[in-house]
Amino acid sequence: MLVLSLAGGGLITGCSPQSILSTHSPQAHNIALLWWWMLGAAVIVFAGAVVLLVVAYFRRGVAGLPFVGEREGIAQSMVLVFGIAVPAVALVILFSVSDIYLIRQTAPPAPNSTRMTVEVIGHQWWWEVRYPGSAAVTANEIHIPARTRVNVVATTADVIHSFWVPGLNRKIDMVPGRRNRVLLYASSPGVYRGQCSQFCGLQHAHMSMYVVAQRPAAYRAWLAANAAPASAPASAAQRAGQAQFLADQCSSCHMIRGTAAAGLIGPDLTHVASRMTLASAEIPNRPAWLAAWIRNPQAIKPGDRMPDLGLSARQVSSLVAYLDSLR
Amino acid sequence: MSATATTGARPHLDRLGRVWEERPGLLGWLTTTDHKRIGILYFFTALAFFAAGGVEALLIRTQLIGPNGHVLSPAAYDEVFTMHGITMIFLFVIPMTTGAFGNYLIPLMIGARDMAFPRMNALSYWIYVASGIFMYVALVQGHAPNAGWFDYVPLASKQFSPGNNIDFYGYGLIFNGISSTAASINFIVTIFKLRAPGMSLNRMPLFCFAFLAVAFALLFALPSLSIAAVFLELDRQLGFHFYDAAHGGDPLLWQNLFWIFGHPEVYIIILPAFGIATSIIPAFAHRKMVFFPLVALAELLVAFLGFGVWLHHMFTVGYATLTTVYFAAASLIIVIPSAIQLFAWITTILTGTPVFKTPMLFIIGFIVYFIIGGLSGITLAAIPFDQQVHDSYYVIAHFHFVIFGAAVFPILGGMYFWFPKLTGRMYHEGVGKLSFWLTFLGTLITFFPMHIVGILGMPRRNYTYPPGLGWTLLNFIETLGSYLLTAGLVLIVLNLLISRFRGPEAGDDPFDGDTLEWSLSSPPPPYNFAVIPTISSPYPMWDKEDREADRQRLERGEGLLDAGHLTPATTAQDAVADEILSMPAYSIWPLASAVTLAGVFSMLLMGHFFIALGFIVLGVLAVFAWHHREVAAG
Repeated sequence: MLVLSLAGGGLITGCSPQSILSTHSPQAHNIALLWWWMLGAAVIVFAGAVVLLVVAYFRRGVAGLPFVGEREGIAQSMVLVFGIAVPAVALVILFSVSDIYLIRQTAPPAPNSTRMTVEVIGHQWWWEVRYPGSAAVTANEIHIPARTRVNVVATTADVIHSFWVPGLNRKIDMVPGRRNRVLLYASSPGVYRGQCSQFCGLQHAHMSMYVVAQRPAAYRAWLAANAAPASAPASAAQRAGQAQFLADQCSSCHMIRGTAAAGLIGPDLTHVASRMTLASAEIPNRPAWLAAWIRNPQAIKPGDRMPDLGLSARQVSSLVAYLDSLR
Repeated sequence: MSATATTGARPHLDRLGRVWEERPGLLGWLTTTDHKRIGILYFFTALAFFAAGGVEALLIRTQLIGPNGHVLSPAAYDEVFTMHGITMIFLFVIPMTTGAFGNYLIPLMIGARDMAFPRMNALSYWIYVASGIFMYVALVQGHAPNAGWFDYVPLASKQFSPGNNIDFYGYGLIFNGISSTAASINFIVTIFKLRAPGMSLNRMPLFCFAFLAVAFALLFALPSLSIAAVFLELDRQLGFHFYDAAHGGDPLLWQNLFWIFGHPEVYIIILPAFGIATSIIPAFAHRKMVFFPLVALAELLVAFLGFGVWLHHMFTVGYATLTTVYFAAASLIIVIPSAIQLFAWITTILTGTPVFKTPMLFIIGFIVYFIIGGLSGITLAAIPFDQQVHDSYYVIAHFHFVIFGAAVFPILGGMYFWFPKLTGRMYHEGVGKLSFWLTFLGTLITFFPMHIVGILGMPRRNYTYPPGLGWTLLNFIETLGSYLLTAGLVLIVLNLLISRFRGPEAGDDPFDGDTLEWSLSSPPPPYNFAVIPTISSPYPMWDKEDREADRQRLERGEGLLDAGHLTPATTAQDAVADEILSMPAYSIWPLASAVTLAGVFSMLLMGHFFIALGFIVLGVLAVFAWHHREVAAG
């Protein structure tokens, strides 16, 4: 059973995008390495103890130990050796490797040791991402340059959340009143999945995001594009959608930079069409899904802060036309 | 003793029986102060809550059987997983171990006729029932606590949880804490003062050491939880700001207070299991525990060190590295007293001549799962690894191996072990073994894959999960395992239930047990011991001459103490006879006091503060009545 589970786990690890074992940074790699060593040691200890129990079973009719017989002193020595000496040595080694040496790599980055800072703010139930020094704001998608040490400042707008991208580094909680930090570093360009890991209410299960590590040039281009205000609507449908957005309740929660929409409750939608997913990585960002989301967000994320607005099919389709143009 | 009673002893026994007789029927159960009957009440109540918590677990597993499950709504899921935690910890494990096992067995093991404070004992039980009902009323009304059993603020604050769900939690835990506090004081005094003459501390059974450690841990840990809950309700009801970061409070204050209670709590849960293991192992391995004094010391050390590790629940909140490292070191140090006990059990089995009957099988299961849970616990003291898997299913796997595998397995083994003592009948051995294997495999299949799914990045407390993350198959296996586990548990209950009526006569000492309860008839008489036994080792039942001497004293009618509800008190350390205590008899006032307390908390919950004050006045009157006049005994 144990072996089967482990083997099964090994097979699955390869295709599991949120596994702590499919690592893409030195930090995550070292933690995974620590895990494999701990697992090896644990298997040895477990096997040793089980062997003793198996021996006990086969010698159940005979008192005393094999070879030495009934000598209380030796039985007591076994307790001292396996109960005190062996664990003491093993624990000192583990403590030194993990809590003295490795912990330095996963600790928050030292001030001024990073080239850039990203602010990630947890909300019920989405992630706001800000880039100090730039007007760029996005949601549920954290763009960073690959092979660059990034200082993530993790805070919350409401309850406690926890920022966790297992392939890149350990998690860090977002606690009211604290500005916690964690290092983000991606060894190669790629898209890495993360998820809130502190229970934060009804839609805790649907609070995921992606870290998008890009080549530095592509990242700079993305940042510049994202810092720009929204493009003006080009077609009649888009214009109708914008008017709808500004006139209806949308703009009281959402911001579209360059328009009168300046809400601060929901995600910034200035470049919403450039994002891969909607609703904290719950659904793909395609017009049909966007329409379904606007029509009835409560069906997709029950309890979400975005209400059913009771819009007509025509209103929805013009909103989708407009939002889908915000690249 | 009745089995060996001769005509010479019979009149003495009859007189003692009359002196200690309680009222018949239902009224007898409502007014009882007999620790054995209170233990039985605790047992059935805790079992009912175990069933409720089990149904909640099955709902959770069924919801997670596949991705995007729709068995429960998100809101219902949050209530169910919160109530699962609250139920299993506060309403099942603690009442089952201290309430049922401790109450029933401690006085029998130390040669006493009752607990030190029989009426307070009854009060503890009635408060426990009332607090359990209090919290379950919330579930029935659809307002059950829904911020997890850990109830982190600010999610649990008025702003983010405006309903009264959280108030059921806050008041319910303060209410429940009164019961556990009273019970632990009772245990401490009983264990220190009511041991039979000659049972000096170094001759006290390891079971009693475990419960002594638990009682002290509860007594010192509970105030932290109660204060945390009081602060929570002050914040929620009166707009205080203990936990409100925007006004100078700190949400981490809750976490610190909660885990200062919560981690000793883990040892409070598991130490009684250690105690049960140290009772079952010598009986079935046919030898004394290896290294008795070291094991006793280790039991006490675990409870003590358990107070210094709480921050390992908070390695990801952003505290300074040095702070976390201290707590990681403390968490690693606690491995050593645990390993001492582990290898003392294994060595005792190895050097003895063990018989693997059902209770012993559950202890073997316990040892195996305690090793797995212990090893995964050690990995969590590696801070960087903890910071990866914290709040993932890896942690759920870890603590279910510890709490279910290591704490509940001895409870199940103990149910089989002492069943003949309680009922006078023997369970069915074949069905017993089958129930063990179902439970054992069910536990393994349910909880082992959770390690892997946690490593694969699945966070806890999610009402659902998407496909495509490698979690689907493992969750499916876990859910099937939980059904198997349920079958095993149901089989245990059926085995005991049917054996209660159909089982063969068990006799007084079917397992050649080593402690004093096996010297009594099955079930034991209301007064427990006709003559208070004299003790000269921690294995009194294996000291045949001592027991023969007791029997002869009974024949001669010597030291019967039958002039009322009398039991001897001895000195705390050496158990030298000190004085004769007159114990109170049955009374309705503990129940009445608990009812007034229930009134107080219900009124607080509804915001009727003045009516609550009225109930407090009634409670004071009940306590006066309680102490006004002893019911004439005998």
